[in-house]
Amino acid sequence: MSWYRAWLRLYPLPFRTEYGDEMAAIFAARWRAARSRRERMVLWCEALLDIVASAPAAHADLLKQDVRASARSLRRSPGFAFAAILVAALGIGATTVAFGLVDHVLVRPLPFPGASQLVKLYQDQSFRGYPRIELSPPNFLDWKREARSFERIAAYTTASVNLVGEGEPLRLDGVVATGDLFGVLGVPAALGRPLTSMDDARERPRVMVLSHRLWTTRFGASPDVLGRTVRLDDEPHTIVGVMPPHFSFPTREAAFWAPKRFTDYDLEDRTNWYLQGVARLKGDVTLVQARAEMSTIAARLAEAYPDANARNGAAVIRLRDEVSGQSRLMLWALAGASLCMLLIACTNLASLLLSRALDRHREMAVRAALGAGRERLARQMLTEHFVLAGAGGLGGILLAVSGMPLVARLVPSALPIPDAPALDARLLALVVALTLATAVVFGVLPAVKLAGSASVEGLKSGARASAGRSTERLRSLLVVGQVAASFVLLVSAGLLIQALWRVQGVAPGFDSTGVLTMRTSLPEPRYEATARRQQFYARVLDELRARPGVRQAAYISFLPMVMRGGIWPVTVDGRPEDPDNTHTASLRLITPGFFDALRIPLLLGRDVRDSDDLDAPLVAVVSQSFAQRHWPGQDPLGRQLSLAREALTVVGIVGDVKVRGLERESEPQVYLSSAQVPDGALPFYAPKDLVIRADVALESLVPAIRSAIARADSEVPVSDVRSLASVVDGETAAREVQVRVLAGFAAMALLLAAVGVHGLLTFSVSARMGEIGVRLALGATRARILRQVLAKGFLLASIGLVAGTMAAAWAAHVLKALLFGVNPGDRLVYAAAGGVCILMALAGSLLPAIRATRVDPLKTIRAE
Amino acid sequence: MPPTTAPESLVPLPPAVFHILLSLADEDRHGYAIIQDIAARTGGEVTLGAGTLYRSIQRMLEQDLIVESGSRPAPEADDERRRYYRVTAFGRKVARAEAERLAGLVQLARQSGVMPRKV
Repeated sequence: MSWYRAWLRLYPLPFRTEYGDEMAAIFAARWRAARSRRERMVLWCEALLDIVASAPAAHADLLKQDVRASARSLRRSPGFAFAAILVAALGIGATTVAFGLVDHVLVRPLPFPGASQLVKLYQDQSFRGYPRIELSPPNFLDWKREARSFERIAAYTTASVNLVGEGEPLRLDGVVATGDLFGVLGVPAALGRPLTSMDDARERPRVMVLSHRLWTTRFGASPDVLGRTVRLDDEPHTIVGVMPPHFSFPTREAAFWAPKRFTDYDLEDRTNWYLQGVARLKGDVTLVQARAEMSTIAARLAEAYPDANARNGAAVIRLRDEVSGQSRLMLWALAGASLCMLLIACTNLASLLLSRALDRHREMAVRAALGAGRERLARQMLTEHFVLAGAGGLGGILLAVSGMPLVARLVPSALPIPDAPALDARLLALVVALTLATAVVFGVLPAVKLAGSASVEGLKSGARASAGRSTERLRSLLVVGQVAASFVLLVSAGLLIQALWRVQGVAPGFDSTGVLTMRTSLPEPRYEATARRQQFYARVLDELRARPGVRQAAYISFLPMVMRGGIWPVTVDGRPEDPDNTHTASLRLITPGFFDALRIPLLLGRDVRDSDDLDAPLVAVVSQSFAQRHWPGQDPLGRQLSLAREALTVVGIVGDVKVRGLERESEPQVYLSSAQVPDGALPFYAPKDLVIRADVALESLVPAIRSAIARADSEVPVSDVRSLASVVDGETAAREVQVRVLAGFAAMALLLAAVGVHGLLTFSVSARMGEIGVRLALGATRARILRQVLAKGFLLASIGLVAGTMAAAWAAHVLKALLFGVNPGDRLVYAAAGGVCILMALAGSLLPAIRATRVDPLKTIRAE
Repeated sequence: MPPTTAPESLVPLPPAVFHILLSLADEDRHGYAIIQDIAARTGGEVTLGAGTLYRSIQRMLEQDLIVESGSRPAPEADDERRRYYRVTAFGRKVARAEAERLAGLVQLARQSGVMPRKV
């Protein structure tokens, strides 16, 4: 019999209390009635089946009842329900966005089979400040031949080509890669085949693989695209495959993959670092082992080729870790801020629930007196909290879905992942976990407290007051927590705003206002000859300069900040290679007028001229920092430098430009006349970015410019039409998004904390109506009462600030790398944040304080 | 359940609930008596488990189909622990609605020839 009773524990307690005895009695009666062992066995089995079937149903009945009761009770106080759901939704939504983003960018495995085995390979030139620099083709080929740690190794570089032959000419950003790339990534083609190592041979026909997007947009997703031939930069390429829809590499922009074929020039120059290395580790090789092996190989190559490879090491890093430290920190900062939000939301929720619990004190006491068990009451309260949190969770999902695109700017483009996390099972699981945590952590407390007070004692007057006091202490603590968290958010946002201003205040070295830019890549091999290219530039530029409103127009290899690389080792005055080989410069080819178009100051000497052509001595214009580094205190004009295997004479000095972006040190710059490059040399640097300074509205110029380019060559596509100002703005876009999100969080936090202070003091004032009345009757002035209530708000805020200061100092320390030199202990920011918190607390205290002064002593004393 | 609920809104009834209503139709019974009565009426075909019985009773009480009966049998035949249940007027209406629904089904079955017509 005790067995049967033990099994009855599977039923919910109220059910068991109500019917347990009778069920046991029935079982006992049937047991006695059973004649044989067999009948008893059958009875046992039936009883067990019965319990297993009906116990969960009884739980479900109870839950349904509780949910219905909760919904009814929440409908009776819609204001409370709305506030609680909104608060929960804000906290859950913010946290979901932040952690969804962190998961998307930093945690989730990349979308390749065995993604944890994928690594990137770099040359390590830490001695000259480049711990990760691209590989030169000869070094890559040596690494590939000698390394044993990898299943496969591939190299690739990005390529911009013009696709001609299928409708309008189109500029495509894609990849040229050695054929092993797809073997390394382990992804098969959706249609046809990917590239293979056979495609690397120079004599093989040229082939290409399309991205799914290019296939659908340009080729109408036609399956018979395989075998079709298109022209990429004048070279016929046969389409051999289409990749699956979600495949992207190395970034989501890549539209095609074509074979990388090394030229003779490639194979000669070990300082032409431009290849990205990617490899798949063998299953039994660790990253540490691979690093050790690659270091050995690099050391051997450094010895064999001291001119080019001295002190060059090898860097092997996981593909997953290609996210910059700054992006990483930004995301974690966002996650931390969202946790602050969640904490504030939860404490607010707890505070709301506590005050509601107190309001319902009498109701609960009555119900307890009528026989409802404590467990039953607590259970009903808990259900109510789960219903609230559940509705908050749904709201949070809505907020997260609408908020996610706003923060997509924080997803670094360097990873082969979509630009925003999709709302999938993983993210939903996160929401559910957050919702449960919210409901449990901050719903249990009030529920337990309330059920505890649900006794006959609760019916006596005065019981409310004592329960009120302990509730008030708890709520005060919660308010202190809210102020502290708000302060942390305010300080972080304040510091990051200062950093943003500081970055925005950095002079880029050129004047970006009133400059329109666009890209026109000239197809090889038609434009391989320098003279041919110059003809095109001259035709376009002459026509543009003749247009009214256009002040200047010029071409450059790449706009600053758009392409940050193009770094070359440099020697000056025929000095033997300096032993450290540490001098580098950023190389660009330009047409005359570039400095004028961007208002880069010409400090000394002259700009490149049309007459600086292949027949004239080779000239260079260098930046001020270049001259200062190599010829300090001397006249740099007429000096010699050699770069990219050319000897050049300095004819002009210009101001420095932030080639690498506003937040980084840039290498000194060297500009060459585009007319002086031998045919076929430096094809990567052939000028393609057009800049036009105009004093008319920039958009109005675009059609005319397009037709001028079409007249020069109708097969050259125009792309990336934008203002130079937008390029510079793009530098701070991620920062701005982050600051905006943080500031938004801080504002919401302040509002919630103010509501918290207001709720607490309103409650405290109404609990002390009698006391205040008596004191007013005894002669206390209303100003004194007002001061006392305000002082209480001030005190709470001050305690919160003390706690918050420590947390904020820690947060600021963590954020240091994002602060761009702003002092993490910036007094102004702390003082401003503290001031705002105090003001918020006083604003929250004002209404209750005014209410306290309006107490009518006679009325309250009579009521007592 | 408010008394305004239409009896039809509760049909079809779970079989256990219908059996319990039928068992209580002629007299008030306690739990074990209901189980025995149903077993007897159905020739041992239906034997409710205690859990199923009381879960049904709990719901039927909420739905106002039955009430706990105040009148008790003679003390010598009574066990204090036992509670007796009585079907309400609403419970009878619901039972009738269910019976009519079943009768309708039987008629349909006859019309479609899967069951012999009444002789």
